[in-house]
Amino acid sequence: MAPPATRSAVVVGGNRIPFARAGGPYAHASNQDMLTVTLDGLVARFGLTGERIGEVAAGAVLKHSRDFNLTREAVLGSRLSPHTPAYDVQQACGTGLEAAILVAGKIALGQIDSGIAGGADTASDAPIAVNEGLRRALLDASHARSTVDKLKALAGLRPGQVVPETPRNAEPRTGLSMGEHQARTAAEWQIGREEQDALTVASHHHLAAAYDRGFFDDLVTPYLGLTRDQNLRPDTSLEKLARLKPVFGKDLGDAATMTAGNSTPLSDGASAVLLASENWAAEHSLPALARFVDAETAAVDYVHGAEGLLMAPAYAVPRLLARQGLSLQDFDYYEIHEAFASTVLTTLAAWQSEQFCRERLGLDAPLGSIDRDKLNVNGSSLAVGHPFAATGARIVATLAKELHDQPGETGRGLISICAAGGQGVVAILEAVK
Amino acid sequence: MTDRYTSFVNGGVGKGVAKRLGLPRPQVLRRYEVGQPLLDGSALVGGVGDAPLRGALTETLRSAGVELLEGEAVSSSGTKMAAVVVDATAARLITDLDDLRGVLQPTLRRLAPCARVLVVGSDPDQHADPQAAATQRALEGIVRSLGKELRAGATANLLLVDEAALSGSAVEVLESPLRFFLSARSAYVDGQPVRIRPAEVHEPADWTQPFAGQVVVVTGAARGIGASIATVFSRDGAHVVCVDLPAAGEALAKTANRVDGTALQLDITAPDAGERLAQHIAARHGGRLDVVVHNAGITRDKLLANTDADRWGSVLDVNLAAQLRINEVLLDPDRPGGLADGGRIVSVSSTSGIAGNRGQANYAASKAGVIGLVHALSAQLADRRITVNAVAPGFIETEMTAKIPLGTREVGRRINSLSQGGQPVDVAETIAWLAGPASGGITGQVVRVCGQSQLGA
Repeated sequence: MAPPATRSAVVVGGNRIPFARAGGPYAHASNQDMLTVTLDGLVARFGLTGERIGEVAAGAVLKHSRDFNLTREAVLGSRLSPHTPAYDVQQACGTGLEAAILVAGKIALGQIDSGIAGGADTASDAPIAVNEGLRRALLDASHARSTVDKLKALAGLRPGQVVPETPRNAEPRTGLSMGEHQARTAAEWQIGREEQDALTVASHHHLAAAYDRGFFDDLVTPYLGLTRDQNLRPDTSLEKLARLKPVFGKDLGDAATMTAGNSTPLSDGASAVLLASENWAAEHSLPALARFVDAETAAVDYVHGAEGLLMAPAYAVPRLLARQGLSLQDFDYYEIHEAFASTVLTTLAAWQSEQFCRERLGLDAPLGSIDRDKLNVNGSSLAVGHPFAATGARIVATLAKELHDQPGETGRGLISICAAGGQGVVAILEAVK
Repeated sequence: MTDRYTSFVNGGVGKGVAKRLGLPRPQVLRRYEVGQPLLDGSALVGGVGDAPLRGALTETLRSAGVELLEGEAVSSSGTKMAAVVVDATAARLITDLDDLRGVLQPTLRRLAPCARVLVVGSDPDQHADPQAAATQRALEGIVRSLGKELRAGATANLLLVDEAALSGSAVEVLESPLRFFLSARSAYVDGQPVRIRPAEVHEPADWTQPFAGQVVVVTGAARGIGASIATVFSRDGAHVVCVDLPAAGEALAKTANRVDGTALQLDITAPDAGERLAQHIAARHGGRLDVVVHNAGITRDKLLANTDADRWGSVLDVNLAAQLRINEVLLDPDRPGGLADGGRIVSVSSTSGIAGNRGQANYAASKAGVIGLVHALSAQLADRRITVNAVAPGFIETEMTAKIPLGTREVGRRINSLSQGGQPVDVAETIAWLAGPASGGITGQVVRVCGQSQLGA
């Protein structure tokens, strides 16, 4: 049998709720609440009440066990047709983009005509697990047949085992938080404090300007009284950021550069992006903003110290460029997720390093530098906030609109997102004109 | 938002208490529901003199499924009447008015709750003869007084037919106002004269779905009266593009989804608001826009003595200047996504714009300005068969009026012929009527939805 012919998947548009800081206005909103209202905002924007969408793929990183069917439950709570199937995806901070890749792939293969990719995360409503000792004891007690056996199972409990375990932002295999990992990578690449702060200021100023000119009018729907991203500081400056003390890599002495300002805060939020075949979009009189061209996911061995935890996109991008026959400079927009300002800067430094490109990527020449005026032009995670699984769809929708709005006949954009576990998800979009 | 007094005196215990104490008992008004007959009972059609429209009125009511009182039933005092329609267009002499009295007088004690009295006259401004003009103008005095006299939710209204419309197409032009004023849709419109001009009229295939296939834009649609307008248009077949501020997006999305419409987050005061609206219609809705409802409005109340430039300017910009700018874009005949020929513009004015209101000089300026806009624009667009009208709500039960202090609120609620506040749906129904395809004969009008409030009467 011949392989199926492929077609383009296009980005129709997106929706997200403003991102909140942990413990902020969404403190009592669950992932399901946020994902549902985000889907409903998308439905309202594109007139999709009662519409059966090919599939909805979304997920959350900090997830309760009861949310085993989070996305399907959100669909059932939304105004989409209940005949819309859904499944959960989970790939740390890559969740949203990976979901978009899955949906775009199915559309390209003709398996579905439309799909929604997204994600939600709440650092406020995070699950709290019982202590491992207590959990064992409770399970043993529930498996026990007689009352005596049940009591025996519970009798073994020690006071310390009653204390619950709160989720930690740490890599299971190293015990280091993501910030500590990145602090080491940044020090290794000698990324300066000032350039990190400058990237942070740019992110806030770009985001504020985008809100002011109405760029987000058709990308964001307010939620629980929040109308703009809570973390946004339009008036931040290098001077203000310079006053903050480093919070990561404090054991590195003078090389400690990462502060609460140039690192993303723990956030709550959700986002969704609508993808479709060009035909489906046209039949529904819906726009096609950008074509989902291609994507690549890479992983690095950060456990044994060979590579920094968040360096995987540095590997994924050159592989994607090679497959598409493009150079790093062939883009009009770069959307590089700002997990930390230093993540963006180490990634860019790596692509400019002849040694890195030769030794780690096996390239004859470095990928080179990019025009920084094309980077995160409407702000990114440092200003917006970063509810882990919600970042991917936020970026896909934002980039698609940037490409569609730019005056030229053609346009191409690169997305790069780093993720826990040493992974990186990257993708290319092209303007549809 | 609930009128507890009206609920109380219409409830089990309250009803008895109110009766014994002789307290006023505002009628719970009959309101439109899908599938409801035009009238809850039978109607009488009468006439003055030749009554040239009488036959046509009778025919129209009959075809609308209304049971007419004829023969002995007319004089049998046992039969309640749901409506009385009188053709007084032929009245020319003061003595003709006594004929009208003669028709109306015996019916008034036989009116059913929420009955309708509808007098059809001819436009007094078109009569050169002083006695004819006086006679026709007298109809307004009769109807306005009758509105105040009637009880139990009954209303009286006046249709003034253009002389030119009296011949030929009169019936078609009359059908839409006739249906509106007789039906429960006009529950809170009382004591109002409405002028009817000759026009090309498109009778809808289905009177319950007059907007089937149409695209309607409603500004300020997130909540309150705007959300109700969206609901009514959607119920009557339209695809509604719900527009409101980006900051109101959460409520807007809920409204849009509830009416199976579309949410468009847009600040109508943005310089490119008209362009963005037109682009949206062009790209997303086949480029054809049938109805624009300018409902978005704000209040920034203060005595004029304390009003600064910001309070002054913001109200005028949102309530008046924004719709002028948007109209300019949408009325460009060459613009994709602009208003189609034969389209409708309905603006929301206010009784404050007619009567003025203490502490609302800015608001009243904007709402009176809307009336000026409607008059000028309707004349300008007549050759494109676009009608431009306004509604002027009185005291409507909304989140906004719920915040008025109790004393003031009770006064506002009661000083009208129906002794109660209106509902957002009453405003919405009136707008939908004016915007209907069969309402081509009504343009440049301001219809008050105020229960015949004594403010600005």
